[in-house]
Amino acid sequence: MSQTAKYPPEVNTLYERLKREAEAGGYTLNPDKEFTLSLVQGLIDNEKRFGYMACPCRLAYGEKDKDIDIICPCYYRDQDLEEFGACYCCLYVNEDWTSGRKPHKSIPDRRPPEFVLSGFSEPAASIETTGTSKSIGPLPYPVWRCKVCGYLAARNEPPGVCPVCKAKKDRFERFI
Amino acid sequence: MNFTHVPGTNNKHKVTLYALSTCGWCRKTKELLDSQNVEYDYIYVDQCQGEERTRATAAVRELNPRGSFPTLKIDDEVVAGFDEERILELLA
Repeated sequence: MSQTAKYPPEVNTLYERLKREAEAGGYTLNPDKEFTLSLVQGLIDNEKRFGYMACPCRLAYGEKDKDIDIICPCYYRDQDLEEFGACYCCLYVNEDWTSGRKPHKSIPDRRPPEFVLSGFSEPAASIETTGTSKSIGPLPYPVWRCKVCGYLAARNEPPGVCPVCKAKKDRFERFI
Repeated sequence: MNFTHVPGTNNKHKVTLYALSTCGWCRKTKELLDSQNVEYDYIYVDQCQGEERTRATAAVRELNPRGSFPTLKIDDEVVAGFDEERILELLA
């Protein structure tokens, strides 16, 4: 039986979409397709359970506000790619990982321990948003920052979907 | 807690796995135990509800304060995350 035949069509459809979007945004899905399909199945399971795709390798609360940082792609993905060559669940990897420069093993969770215990709470233990330039002066538009990938957009409202990482509007914060 | 028992010929250790049904690393851990014919008990904490879930998460945190998955207990040793080398060493 082929790898794709083991999974329902919706898993293969989402896999193809995620792969296409990842590549368009400069990201790479884990080339171990069997492993990756199992994670995609996990994302679909979580979407059915909670209404959103919580990280398959983290215990979700089932409340969107508490899980917002671990909805895939999570707020920790890009930092983990930088340091370990893979995100926490290993759905996304980079060249350091595919080339074997970084070991293929599970990595520590970057999510702050207080969030693991009680869910995401903002703005406590702000993840990486220190040093914002509030003193930049009046701007014609507010600047919105994607909390997943850091993409900035100067406009009245945040984009409906981040053009880089495809995170939805509710994952943007007012940056300036 | 409602553990699932997996019989195996390699039963010289007491092996307990706390896992998530959706997690790739948990799956790899199970596959490693299966490949070694290890006898073990596992529970999918994400599929637990109410009181059982509270007990299961408390048990995980007692073994692994980060509360991450997989959390594997082999006799008195705890392996947090998928660490094939360490697991094989403890099962030897």
